[in-house]
Amino acid sequence: MSAREDILNRMRRSLEGAGEAAEAPREYRRALAGDTEVVELLIDRLVDYKAQVHHGIESIADILDEGQPVVVPADLPQEWRVGEAIFIEDDPLDPEPMDADDLDAMDAVLTGCAAAVAVSGTIMLDTGAAQGRRAITLVPDHHVIVVRRDQIVGHLAEALPRLSATSPQTWISGPSATSDIELQRVEGVHGPRRLDVVILDD
Amino acid sequence: MSANAGTVPEVVPSSSLIPAGAKFPKAAKVALGMPQMRANLAHATGTIREKRAKVAGELDDWEQLRDAASAIKADVQHRMPELAIEFERKATEAGATVHWARDGVEANAIAARITREAGADEVVKVKSMATQEIELNEFFEAQGLRAWETDLAELIVQLAEDKPSHILVPAIHYNRTEIRDIFRGKMIDAPTGLTDDPAALAEAARLHLRKRFLSAKVAVSGANFAVAETGSLVVVESEGNGRMCLTMPETLISIVGIEKLLPTFTDLEVFMQLLPRSSTGERMNPYTSIWTGATDGDGPKDVHIILLDNGRTDVLADEVGRQALSCIRCSACLNVCPVYERTGGHAYGHVYPGPIGAILAPQLEPGRHDDLPYASSLCGACYEVCPVKINIPEVLVHLRQEGPHQAGEKAAMGAAKAVMARPKLWRAALGAARFFTRPWRNKGYMRRLPWPGSKWTVSRDMPMPPQESFRDWWKERER
Amino acid sequence: MSRIGLFITCVNDALYPSTPKAVVAVLERLGYEVDFPAAQTCCGQMHANSGYRRDAGVLARSFEAVFDSYDAVVTPSGSCAAMVRDQYPDLTGSDIGRRVYELSEFLLDVAEVEDVGARFPHSVTYHPTCHGTRALGLGDKPLRLLRAVEDIELVELPEADQCCGFGGTFALKNSEVSSAMLADKCRHASGTGAEYLAAADNSCLTHIGGGISRSGGPRPVHYAEILASDA
Repeated sequence: MSAREDILNRMRRSLEGAGEAAEAPREYRRALAGDTEVVELLIDRLVDYKAQVHHGIESIADILDEGQPVVVPADLPQEWRVGEAIFIEDDPLDPEPMDADDLDAMDAVLTGCAAAVAVSGTIMLDTGAAQGRRAITLVPDHHVIVVRRDQIVGHLAEALPRLSATSPQTWISGPSATSDIELQRVEGVHGPRRLDVVILDD
Repeated sequence: MSANAGTVPEVVPSSSLIPAGAKFPKAAKVALGMPQMRANLAHATGTIREKRAKVAGELDDWEQLRDAASAIKADVQHRMPELAIEFERKATEAGATVHWARDGVEANAIAARITREAGADEVVKVKSMATQEIELNEFFEAQGLRAWETDLAELIVQLAEDKPSHILVPAIHYNRTEIRDIFRGKMIDAPTGLTDDPAALAEAARLHLRKRFLSAKVAVSGANFAVAETGSLVVVESEGNGRMCLTMPETLISIVGIEKLLPTFTDLEVFMQLLPRSSTGERMNPYTSIWTGATDGDGPKDVHIILLDNGRTDVLADEVGRQALSCIRCSACLNVCPVYERTGGHAYGHVYPGPIGAILAPQLEPGRHDDLPYASSLCGACYEVCPVKINIPEVLVHLRQEGPHQAGEKAAMGAAKAVMARPKLWRAALGAARFFTRPWRNKGYMRRLPWPGSKWTVSRDMPMPPQESFRDWWKERER
Repeated sequence: MSRIGLFITCVNDALYPSTPKAVVAVLERLGYEVDFPAAQTCCGQMHANSGYRRDAGVLARSFEAVFDSYDAVVTPSGSCAAMVRDQYPDLTGSDIGRRVYELSEFLLDVAEVEDVGARFPHSVTYHPTCHGTRALGLGDKPLRLLRAVEDIELVELPEADQCCGFGGTFALKNSEVSSAMLADKCRHASGTGAEYLAAADNSCLTHIGGGISRSGGPRPVHYAEILASDA
């Protein structure tokens, strides 16, 4: 008998007579109170986890230095590429896309996002428009994320339906960190150690 | 050996001080005699308890979330065959190869074979309890393969040649100074002049692992959740080592206990609120990765998932005990447990320590950990914080009732029952106790009792029965 | 309401007559008639929690027989009340636990009295015992009753919610860990400088008191005895 058959049979045998479980009660919140200022809340939570917050697309010119190599997804809007940095497009379907060492040579990465959750300060990427593949937002030490006002929701449950469930996803809440030493949070391990969030008002 | 070796104090791996195979009371006694470790644990668990309470308290629907999580996990257990098959189908359709493993040996063998077929002799690893449980690293080593831990705490433990002592923070028993000494003594490329500043230690780990991440061909991970509806896996982490392992190599092997299933993607709205707040006391962990099979031009091309049983289907058969399969490995129960705080994880003698270990280990390995259900005062702090509402005290008592009993104790308990079941005998026994303890009555207590009472009087005095019992008083009053 | 059945618990039966006497005094002061069925022995908690399910079942059935005729059973023990309410349904199928009240539950929820007319001109620190607080869900009920006592000075116990390390046979089977927990509890208790340490369970107080008897610190007292006091 294959391991698969064996395990499934064992499950069935163990569950003989167990019946069905009761339906899960879902009395929890699926949205924040209507009068919550979600943008303020998001900023508060981002700052709490040591991300820098900026307003308006022009701020990118100040965040990225002149001449810095900055990787961007090929579909990043042209109007976001402001300032004197050198924007280098990454196209994963390129026959010879950037490899790990190429990405390691980048000073920063500039992307958009799929959604942002205010209550936990979480920015979600699902490799959709203006986000690129996962490696480009991981290897460079500095990530600049543009968040449009209409992408900001209050609660996690409001954000999930906005994601492409089966695309690769990365949920980001502050820069890379660890709590492994005496359970105190310290920023900066393997992921980008600097996280800048640019909020675009309507 | 690092250039620093010899100039720094050697940190003795605390697991090496506990006699192999020692039962909990004996192992705990050894652990209690390690003042530095106890101080480290008290400090770390105290810190995390406070953080957890604060962020859990921020949500006014915390109890409703716990109720939902508990019921969703119960549903997963009841529908496990159906959900496992659905997960397998969806993941396969998305380009993953799904394997099934009855036990650790099967899972390890599959992982080793895939590694070799990928032309690699080493893997980078995301922290995973399942691979600890099946001792994948040891298996790989015996096969001439090498597994590199990349989580900071796992790295510390691996360098120290120690064993993990906590589910979430395997190096919780070390403080920053000891970690610095481990790095200076054992990390080949430790920066010179490394201090014990946690940021400097994190930086050292970053430098140490970066090349390895960027060049690794194969990664091994576990998963926090496996979503049946979509065939997706979820890894919850902080440092980015998980993202590195899940994104950069060509081949990814994920070893997933069958109890990790969730019915739907939407269920993450419950668990991703509960898990980070319960584990690290954060509103959300820095990074969560979710992937479904393989994606063209993004991440590993060769994606494998090994569904692991290793005793879980037996646990499923116990209608009280099966709730242990709801565990999402947050460690909140360890952090609040007064026993764990004082003994640390190694005393439990199993990869899952603390309250959850005390109910999981004896069920996963029947007959081998009968001491663990007694490693609890049944204070209930674990149940109070468990985000999926596992009634740990209930399962502890249940396992005590299922397990074997020592003959002498059994006789004593039987005798006590026989007396207590007969009011006349009970009254006679109380009278006899008052009579025979008369010599100590004026003093009011006894300082030394013969064994087994000596186990009590080692640290506590024993009060003596009073001259007049309540019963006598009541009879007098009624007259 | 018909008469209240008083379940004094085996620990008080053997060692602490003053606690059930205090319960009688408080209830009678409030106008209740209390009965003490002499055939009572033990709720079976020690057997159940040590893994002797069958023995516990025997004791549970005898408890049910003794207290079956009462509309309300009052006991000065959070852990015994929790045993009857939580474990009897599984052990014997009995729901008698719905009629069994720990003293503070009865006073606050049934009698609806917070001030029982006590006076206790002393400093007191309060330890919330684990089974009462968590398993039974007493919360701060005993403490609310103590706050209403005239002239009492309540002193907060640091890390009050931490177990004292008793846990029934845990204190014997894992004596060293239990002693380490006890040492911390005694240190916190004596640090309060209070005259008395109150709690809702004399088994826990036996444990803490047994430690304090060596290390020094506040005198252990069941909170019912403070409620009965009108000194």
